[in-house]
Amino acid sequence: MTLNTETLTRSASFHANIAARKMRGNIFAALGLLSVIIGLAMLVVLVGDVLNRGVPWLSLDFLNSFDSRFAARAGIKAALYGTAYMMFFTMLVALPLGVMTAIYLEEYAPDNWLTSFIQINISNLAGVPSIIYGLLGLTVFVRWMGLGRSVLAGALTMALLVLPIIVVATREAIRAVPSSMRDASLALGATKWQTVWNHVLPYAMPGILTGNILAASRAIGETAPLITLGALTFVPFVPRDPLDRFTVLPIQIFNWTSKPQAEFHDLAAAGIILLLATLLVLNSVAIFLRQRLRKRF
Amino acid sequence: MNQTVSQLYPKRLSLGHNRARDLRERTVQGILLMAAIVGVLTTAGIILALGADTLRFFQRVSIISFLTDTQWTPLFSIQKFGIWPLITATALTSFIALVIAIPLGLMSAIFLSEFAAPRLRDVLKPALEILAGVPTVVYGFFALIVVTPILQNIIPGVSTFNSLSAGLVMGVMITPLVASLSEDAMSSVPRGLREGAYALGATRYEVATRVIFPAALSGIVAAVILALSRAVGETMIVAIAAGQNPTLTLDPRVPVETMTAYIVQVSLGDTPYGSLSYLTIFAVGATLFVLTFFMNLFSHWFVRRYREVYD
Repeated sequence: MTLNTETLTRSASFHANIAARKMRGNIFAALGLLSVIIGLAMLVVLVGDVLNRGVPWLSLDFLNSFDSRFAARAGIKAALYGTAYMMFFTMLVALPLGVMTAIYLEEYAPDNWLTSFIQINISNLAGVPSIIYGLLGLTVFVRWMGLGRSVLAGALTMALLVLPIIVVATREAIRAVPSSMRDASLALGATKWQTVWNHVLPYAMPGILTGNILAASRAIGETAPLITLGALTFVPFVPRDPLDRFTVLPIQIFNWTSKPQAEFHDLAAAGIILLLATLLVLNSVAIFLRQRLRKRF
Repeated sequence: MNQTVSQLYPKRLSLGHNRARDLRERTVQGILLMAAIVGVLTTAGIILALGADTLRFFQRVSIISFLTDTQWTPLFSIQKFGIWPLITATALTSFIALVIAIPLGLMSAIFLSEFAAPRLRDVLKPALEILAGVPTVVYGFFALIVVTPILQNIIPGVSTFNSLSAGLVMGVMITPLVASLSEDAMSSVPRGLREGAYALGATRYEVATRVIFPAALSGIVAAVILALSRAVGETMIVAIAAGQNPTLTLDPRVPVETMTAYIVQVSLGDTPYGSLSYLTIFAVGATLFVLTFFMNLFSHWFVRRYREVYD
C-alpha cells in the first residue's frame, strides 16, 4: 500500500506541474523565435543601412565611370566588366568540369580506392578556406603557368573554388533520377553514354542548373582569393583580353570601404547594392528554374 | 500507325560488338575520369604550392622561433616570426563569433525543428539561409561602418578596428550554418522517438531538450565545428574590421591581426616575389590550411563515431 500512495503523490505532483512545464516550453519557443528574428533583423538592418547610404549615389554616371581619387567622379565600370569577364571564364571551366566529375562519380565510378579517394578529396576541398585557393592560384596560375595577375588566372582560381559546390549539387540531381529511366534506356539497347546524355542529364538539368547558379553567386561575392592573387584595387580601364589585369565588384567595394572618407563608404554601399541585386536576380532565377522545370516530369 | 515493324527498325540491326561505339564509350569514360581527377590535382596543387614556399621559409627562419616567439614583425626592420599573435587573434575573433552563433543558431534550429509549424519553417529557414549567402565583404563593411560606431557608443575604449565588432558580425554570418545543419540533424531523428516521449507525457519542451537534442548531438557538434572552421578561415570581415596590428592580446576592444588578415595585408602591398615577407604568407597559409583541415576531419570523424543509428 505504501507503494501505491507514493505513486499517487508522485502523479499528483506530476499533474500539478503541467502548467509550469508547458509555460517553460512556451518561453523556450519564444526565445527560439526571438533567435530567428534577431538573425533576420540583422539582415534588415544591413540592407536598410546600405540602401540608405548607397541609393543617392546610384546613377548612370556611377555605372559608366572608372574609379577615381575623387568620390564624386568615381564609378564602378571596371569592376562590372571585370566581374562579367571573370565569371564567364570561371563558369566556362567549372561547369563542364564539375558536371563531368559528378557524372563519373554517379554513373561510371567503380567501387574502389580511387573513387573513394576522389570523393574524400572533393568533400575536403569544400572545407578549404577561400584564401588558400588564392595562394594556390598565385603559385600555380600566376607563377608556374605564367598567366600573370590576369582575368584568366582569377577565373581558373574561382573555378577550382566552386568546383566542389557544382559536383555536390550535380550528384544530388543525378541521384534523384529514377533508375527505371536508366533501365528502360539500357533495355532498348542504348549504350551507357547514350543513356546518360539522352535521359539522365535532361532529367537532372533543373538541379544541375540550380547548383551552377548557386556556385556562380558564390564566386561573384568572393573577394579574398582574388586579393591574394593580386587583382588590382585601382583599375581605370576595362580588360581587353583574358590576360589583362582586372578588378571585380567585391574588391572595388573593399577598396572603397578601406578609405577613411565617408563619401567613399557611401560609394561602397552603392557597390554593395549592385552586388546584392545581382545575387538576388541569380538566386531568383535558380528558384524559378527549379520550380518551372520540375513540373515537366 | 500503319508502319510495319520493318519500317520502324533499321534493316541491319547489329546486336554484336560495334567497334566504333565501344571506342566512343571508352573515350567518354576516360574523359570523365580525367575531369574527376582535377579535384585530386587541386588538393595536390594546394599542398605543393603551400609546401614549396613554406619549406623555403623554414630554410631561412627556424621552425622553433616560428612556434615559440611571441612577436610577429616580418614587415619591420627587426623581423620576428612568432605565429602566436596571429593565432590568438584568429582564436579571439572565432571565439566571439561562436559565442553569438551557438546560442542563436541552436535556439533557431530547435525552434524551427520542434516548435514552428511546417509552413512557418518553410518560410523562416530559407530566409535565415539568405544570411549565409551575403558576400563576406558586405559583412566587413557592416562591421566597420555600422557595428563599430554603435559599439564605440556603448563600450568605452573601443578602437576603430577591433576584434569584438568583427567577431560579432562573423557570428551573425555563421549562425545560419549552425542553425541549418543542426536543424537537419534534429529533423532526421526518427518520429518514433518523438512519439514515444509524447506518449509518456512529456511536453514539447521536454521532448526537444531531453530527447531530440541528445539524439542529434553528433550532428550538432559537427555543425559547430564546421562553423568554427569557417570562422577561422574567414578573411574579409577580419581584414576590414579587426585591424592589422599583430599584438598578443585577448582584449576584444583593440586592433589585432588574424592569420587571414595578414595574408591580405601582404597581398595588397608590393611584396617582391621570393622575398622573405612573400614567403611568410605561405607559412601562415599552411598553418591555416592544417588547422582547418584537422577541424574538418575531426567533424567528419565525430559524426561517424557518435552518430546514433536507429534502423
